[in-house]
Amino acid sequence: MPSYKQLYKLIFILLMVVSASVSAAGGAKLMHMEVDLSNQESLQRGAKTFVNYCLSCHAAAYMRYNRMGQDLGISEDVLKANFMFGTDKVGDTMTIGMTDADSLRFFGVSPPDLSVIARARGADWLYSYFKTFYVDKSRPFGVNNLTFKDVGMPHVLWELQGAQRLAHRESADGEHHSPTFDDLEIITPGTQSEAEYDQTVQDLVNFMVYLGEPIKLKRGKIGVWVLMYLFVFMIVAYMLKKEYWRDIH
Amino acid sequence: MANIEKNIIDGLTGLRDWVDDRFPLMQNWNEHLAKYYAPKNFNFWYYFGGFALLIFAIQILTGIWLTMNYKPSAADAFASVEYIMRDVSWGWLIRYMHSTGASAFFIVIYLHMFRALLYGSYKKPRELLWLSGMGLYLVLMAEAFFGYLLPWGQMSYWGAQVIISLFGALPFIGDTLSLWIRGDFVVSDVTLNRFFSLHVIAFPLLIFGLIGAHILALHEVGSNNPDGVEIKKNKNAEGIPVDGIPFHPYYTVKDIFGATVFLIFFFGVVFFMPEMNGYFLEHANFIPANPLKTPEHIAPVWYFTPFYAILRAVPDQLGGVIAMGMATNIFLLLPWLDRSPVKSSRYRGWNFRCALTLFVISFFILGWLGMQPVTPLFTWMARFFSLVYFAFFLLMPFYTAIDNDKSVPDRVRD
Repeated sequence: MPSYKQLYKLIFILLMVVSASVSAAGGAKLMHMEVDLSNQESLQRGAKTFVNYCLSCHAAAYMRYNRMGQDLGISEDVLKANFMFGTDKVGDTMTIGMTDADSLRFFGVSPPDLSVIARARGADWLYSYFKTFYVDKSRPFGVNNLTFKDVGMPHVLWELQGAQRLAHRESADGEHHSPTFDDLEIITPGTQSEAEYDQTVQDLVNFMVYLGEPIKLKRGKIGVWVLMYLFVFMIVAYMLKKEYWRDIH
Repeated sequence: MANIEKNIIDGLTGLRDWVDDRFPLMQNWNEHLAKYYAPKNFNFWYYFGGFALLIFAIQILTGIWLTMNYKPSAADAFASVEYIMRDVSWGWLIRYMHSTGASAFFIVIYLHMFRALLYGSYKKPRELLWLSGMGLYLVLMAEAFFGYLLPWGQMSYWGAQVIISLFGALPFIGDTLSLWIRGDFVVSDVTLNRFFSLHVIAFPLLIFGLIGAHILALHEVGSNNPDGVEIKKNKNAEGIPVDGIPFHPYYTVKDIFGATVFLIFFFGVVFFMPEMNGYFLEHANFIPANPLKTPEHIAPVWYFTPFYAILRAVPDQLGGVIAMGMATNIFLLLPWLDRSPVKSSRYRGWNFRCALTLFVISFFILGWLGMQPVTPLFTWMARFFSLVYFAFFLLMPFYTAIDNDKSVPDRVRD
């Protein structure tokens, strides 16, 4: 009768559904980084970069300072001293003073709220974006970006990274080719070495992934317990079923 | 000790009898569970109806709790979803269960429908069972469509804009109709408010009623089974089908086990990959709706993509809308298109088996194509597989009539 064969079949088909959806993902070529939310120091460094460099023009209006403090192991005193510049209430969300009307005048576009930007763009996109600003005199702020063409944002991390230029190389047959990440080269060094800047960006992206979904730090851990419970229950349910079906032929 | 036990049992029995004199409690319990005789040879494919009922319960319960904190207004909707995700206790879990439940509902319903195709469960005498099920499927699609607008992200907004504008392609009434649905000239706060109302009240009620009709119809005619044998034709002296077993306790304990396996997968997604790489929660929907900025690539959620591919395969917009409408509704005709005397594909000939295989393949490929940007190659592929899709139905009267069906046994096999 049914049982094992059926269980395998059920698991098989559900796995097929899951794996089909997973393998179908794709996208444009981006630089890749490994997101590591278990690295609390990296998240803290990223938070610091975020509040210092991003949070003057961009808001993260769905994120509360004290939630960030609790999740990342930052005390309220340290929060107030080093992370909060626009308010002294730790229960406040990360809003900014600049109005949309002003920012529209300054940048031609209102800087988007960054609360869930990592979920919209993905970590690799953000990582690539922060690393591919280059000097372009035709743009209002003197920089363009290979990941986000003609972006309205200045390269706010330039003093860390320095300035890059886009080398116009011609391929062997003299054909024009669209620029790639390999064509970027540092022309003016910043205060950080290339490796240091890479770490800064990775920390920042790590933090932004956390910012997009704070519960991500915990939900996997809760999930393990839920699945363990269901697994034990499944065995009990299977034995109960087998007991009842003993007399069916 | 024994005395107390006896007293409790007597008390409960007395209460049951008291209720029974005033309400058909035991009658319904027996009719639908304890003395509803189901074929004993249900296999793997017979889990999915029960799963669908379970998901319906999950959606209703999580939906009630989401509604406590969600704000159906263009100004607040997106923020209120993030409020649920961050500030409401366990709000993230409730939201992920609801969003995962939406996709799970369609996965389970598609497999449930495939079962009906595989074993001919739509055939006489189960035509009304099939029609009520198809009604449920169509209402579920509307329910999902209304619900998808509520997070008020870019895909919510532009998806709704595209789908509603399809009604505009209809001659004469098109523009008035789409205006009537939206309540505005573009998708706006007004649209969001009415979609909220339809999503949380009108369509759940419809689904609830249709589920009732579906189960009543099922229990009237009795369940089909993998052999396609009518168990009611073989009854013993007491009038009980010899190949039938009481639904309760046999299938209730079996379904508890099946539901647990289902929940392992369900919560595997909820806790470990709630976005399912952008298939269950689309990346672009984490950008708030912006009526002034059309996204580069608008694709519906995966469960609509086969029909979206058919829509785009037809060069003319009205033709595309008609083709899409036909693709979703043509299932309704199945009981009358199928001319074979045999129900189960176990005893059907190769005509039907091949046709069903081709249909399933084309459904998957159309689903994939519906997610891709339009290219000439993809458009031609969509046209080809749309033809295969429709041929499965339209040629069915011919290939089933001349199929080399095998003889069906009198009793179920296992």
